[in-house]
Amino acid sequence: MGKKHDDRQFETLKKVFYRLGRYRIFLVFTILLSVITVALTLYIPKLTGKAVDFIVTKGQVDFKGVMEILWQIGICILITSFAQWLMNICNNKMTYQIVQDIRNDAFKKIEILPLKYIDGHSYGEVVSRVIADVDQFADGLLMGFTQLFTGVATIVGTFCFMLSVNVKITFVVVLITPVSFLVAGFIAKRTYTMFKLQSETRGDQTGLIEEMIGNQKIVQAFGQTEHVMERFNEVNARLQDCSLKAVFFSSITNPATRFVNSLVYTGVGVTGAIGVINGSMSVGQLTSFLSYANQYTKPFNEISGVVTELQNAIACAKRIFDLIEEEPQIPEVENAVRLSNVKGNIRLSDVSFSYEPKQKLIEHFNLDVKPGQRVAIVGPTGCGKTTLINLLMRFYDVTGGSITVEDIDIRQMTRHSLRAGYGMVLQETWLKTGTIRDNIIMGKPDAAQEQIIAAAKASHAHSFIKRLPKGYDTWITEDGGNLSQGQKQLLCITRLMLVRPPMLILDEATSSIDTRTEIRIQKAFARLMEGRTSFIVAHRLSTIREADVILVMKDGQIIEQGSHEELLRKGGFYQNLYQSQFAGV
Amino acid sequence: MKSLLIYLRNYKKETVLAPLFKLLEASFELLVPLVMAAVIDNGIANGDKPYVVRMCLIMVALGIIGLICSITAQYFSAKAATGFAAELRKSLFSHIQNFSYTKMDAIGASTLITRMTSDVNQMQSGVNLVLRLFLRSPFIVAGAMVMAFTVDVKGAFVFVVAIPLLSVVVFGIMLITMPLYKKVQSDLEKILLITRENLVGARVIRAFNKEKSEERYFEKSNQELTDAQKYVGRLSGLMNPLTYIIVNGALIVLIYVGAVRVESGIITQGEVVALINYMSQILVELVKLANLIITVTKAIACGNRIESVFKEKAGVPEGDLDYEESGKKDAFLEFDHVSMRYDGAGADSLSDISFLAKKGQTIGIIGGTGSGKTSLVSLIPRFYDVSSGEVRINGKDVKEYKINKLRENIGIVPQKAVLFKGTIEENLRWGNESASETELWEAIEKAQAKGFVEGKEEGLKFQITQDGKNLSGGQRQRLTIARALVRRPDILILDDSASALDFATDAKLRAAIRQMKDSPVVFIVSQRASSIMYADQILVLDDGEMAGIGSHEELLRDCGIYQEIYYSQFPKDAKTLGKEAR
Repeated sequence: MGKKHDDRQFETLKKVFYRLGRYRIFLVFTILLSVITVALTLYIPKLTGKAVDFIVTKGQVDFKGVMEILWQIGICILITSFAQWLMNICNNKMTYQIVQDIRNDAFKKIEILPLKYIDGHSYGEVVSRVIADVDQFADGLLMGFTQLFTGVATIVGTFCFMLSVNVKITFVVVLITPVSFLVAGFIAKRTYTMFKLQSETRGDQTGLIEEMIGNQKIVQAFGQTEHVMERFNEVNARLQDCSLKAVFFSSITNPATRFVNSLVYTGVGVTGAIGVINGSMSVGQLTSFLSYANQYTKPFNEISGVVTELQNAIACAKRIFDLIEEEPQIPEVENAVRLSNVKGNIRLSDVSFSYEPKQKLIEHFNLDVKPGQRVAIVGPTGCGKTTLINLLMRFYDVTGGSITVEDIDIRQMTRHSLRAGYGMVLQETWLKTGTIRDNIIMGKPDAAQEQIIAAAKASHAHSFIKRLPKGYDTWITEDGGNLSQGQKQLLCITRLMLVRPPMLILDEATSSIDTRTEIRIQKAFARLMEGRTSFIVAHRLSTIREADVILVMKDGQIIEQGSHEELLRKGGFYQNLYQSQFAGV
Repeated sequence: MKSLLIYLRNYKKETVLAPLFKLLEASFELLVPLVMAAVIDNGIANGDKPYVVRMCLIMVALGIIGLICSITAQYFSAKAATGFAAELRKSLFSHIQNFSYTKMDAIGASTLITRMTSDVNQMQSGVNLVLRLFLRSPFIVAGAMVMAFTVDVKGAFVFVVAIPLLSVVVFGIMLITMPLYKKVQSDLEKILLITRENLVGARVIRAFNKEKSEERYFEKSNQELTDAQKYVGRLSGLMNPLTYIIVNGALIVLIYVGAVRVESGIITQGEVVALINYMSQILVELVKLANLIITVTKAIACGNRIESVFKEKAGVPEGDLDYEESGKKDAFLEFDHVSMRYDGAGADSLSDISFLAKKGQTIGIIGGTGSGKTSLVSLIPRFYDVSSGEVRINGKDVKEYKINKLRENIGIVPQKAVLFKGTIEENLRWGNESASETELWEAIEKAQAKGFVEGKEEGLKFQITQDGKNLSGGQRQRLTIARALVRRPDILILDDSASALDFATDAKLRAAIRQMKDSPVVFIVSQRASSIMYADQILVLDDGEMAGIGSHEELLRDCGIYQEIYYSQFPKDAKTLGKEAR
């Protein structure tokens, strides 16, 4: 099991390395430069020590020796800082370029992912892969890698330098340093549970805050402010208590390791000083030893952090690669046809489809739509109305049979030309962040102001847009901000009115609009639908009475088919459905 | 920012002691190089091994005292910081709770949630770090300098030059990069937004064939982000090499000066080593200080954001009338030439509305999307206030009542069926905490919810999850209605609250409400003519204006808009057809 896990981590690492691609040279540079930096940084204390040895006491200072060493130190400093600077630049370039590339790849993949994937994953999760995971990956893996590398290099380097100065004292240092490692590990293990408790409690509190502030109007309407405050105080006190513990215990790490370091320092001091007295080393060597002792312990503390960060980064990388390697929608066939001159002949022959192989939804579905026909689809929730639209627009592909437009299988044509043939308004209104105008011109970016206003008038959106603070230039945010659901739907309809495509799909397009405005819009739709093939899904049966064909769907099947009058006369499912709307009159 | 510091008031002791203990620790740390110098100059020079061992024991002792001081300081500062955060959160939450609807609309819940959570957390770490380091780091820098002076004045002048130079580099780079980091953050938020939009709007984007242009937009924004990151990275990448040059440059000078001074016998070899040690201590502290300043600036920014929430005036000015103090029952509720405009809106949402409701009457309100139906009913519990005219209950302006007393007598069922985490019973008791179980069941029955509540194994104790996700839309709506009924209100407002109910249930609900003993004034807001046609009075709203008022028959005769609405839902032929079928 553990081996399998390691294998997978290794797989991911291999992919990361492959991703480095043309930036691999930067990685090589980074490593080379860090070796230089570490070596020189460590060489300087040794030089300093030598210099101190030339400064013995009054009248016994070897100025020539001192100056020579100072020159050497100077040169080392210049080279080191230059190497550091170059290393930073290489690292920066490598990291940010890779992040940029990965994000672009991920986004490109999002644009061609099958809707099945998008519908099946929470948006927040996918977003966090593209944003947070990529960041974590960059910080953890690339920075972490260089940190780990320099850390190890420093330890090895210091160790060698110490050995070169004095074997015995090196032994003392090597013996004591792991203690700090242990102490840090010990505390980290204890604090882990406290941090977990803290973040759980924090989650509780955030949940309460979201619930209560998000629904504050209700809280106030029922005068529950004090009651809510009590609950808040309880969680707040719990949080205070456990975050005190978490903060305090975690903050012990630093003083504790600092103490161990001071032990190392003292240990070196004692053995070193006695060594000097015994004549086995010089004062200068002691000086350099003291600074080595300091430097030797530091990377140990860092490395323990880096390792967990690296593991985390690999996990992040895996999530990103999973997204990027996700199977895209079925590519278009070679020399796919560009659909043009759409008249509106649509035929569904023997179509079968289901989201889950086990749960059959639409089976052996046949439908022949003539140009200009208005097809209404009605039926109870979950009967496959919206699914049919998913298939028509090729958001999903049929699992059996075929759909043709103008006698061409829609899988043989480009998705763009097929979709350009349709105009679509969905029940879920979606507006993008931008101005009202940006949202209207989505289908026709070069539309003139007069055209936009004409479209808005046709959809009866003009009067409310006009009253917004900045009219058509009013900025709306992701969720449509202050607009009501009905107003948002009007904007989506305006979009359609501007493009006027040859085929229309209206999926509960007026569900949030009041019936009076709805009737006006229906009139506008009726004019628009003149000579256009259209599909209408509606809950309110009053809106579909004018349709040429009404399909009554149940459990993925058409159970009745005909005009409004025909179906009422027939006295079946449709008639029942129709009557139920007026129950209680 | 400053005004928030009062939340430390219960932690005065900790706030003072934490830095003091830190200071103690720092002083002991400063002594270590001196002891080491003594070891070199006395112990080694005289070959006095016991002296060396003694001095080293002193160093260990210093280390232990330092450890104790430091842990004490950490405890005090953790206590002060977490206590500060808890009090701040409490006070902020209670402040937000009093915000009026207008304020909530203007600020937005998500902003307030961020203030309450991540901003307060940020401040907690800020306070914690400040208490620990704001005295310590400057103290060590200054202390090391002073100690250097005690060792040798002339040698110490190297410090006088090096430290300001270092500070200029460290803080200069930080000051320059800080706003750049903000830009990086906002660039990152932008690509987050684009990604999110392309997921949520995948169908529309593909239907309009916008994939390529969205891709270009993303790549452009991504490029901007990368450029900003690289630029700021290049600048902050200068920090290490520059400080390295300064510190080690100073070291060279120090050794040279030291050599000259030792040659002339003014200082000893050990003292040169001490000077070098102080130099490296300063470097370490400066790096810490830089980190501290980054955290503190972040915390200050958060603090300012929180403070601005506090500056928002909470609450609505209220009168001092208790609700009961009034008698006139005839004209129980009255709208007198009422107009209303939302803050920042371009036009009135309601203009010149007048009507009168008697006790026990049912008032139907109907009208198009955005015609002002909800705005009208929100004036009664003073969720919003009129901009002109008066709303009167029992002959008194609603503004004269105490707001709690006023709202206690109004039962409202909002459009969105919101329930809270907890049992059904707890949710219903929001309406009236002292209601008996029988009363709860009564309300449930009236709200047509009896069937499904009884169907739950736990009955009233059934746990509702957050946002009521484990109930269907219709079930949620019925419970919100029951919640309002538990209150036995004088005024019951149903704001389009039957939209998720089928027509039959809707009718039963209305019948049950009509039979209520307390005979409240009932407002029914709806888009369905069938829901309001039996009301005693129907108000027809159109673009915030009263387009008609009267009974169903009157309006059907006289009001064009009402006719239009009615016949859109009851086509003449359908009605006859419906009768035939019966």
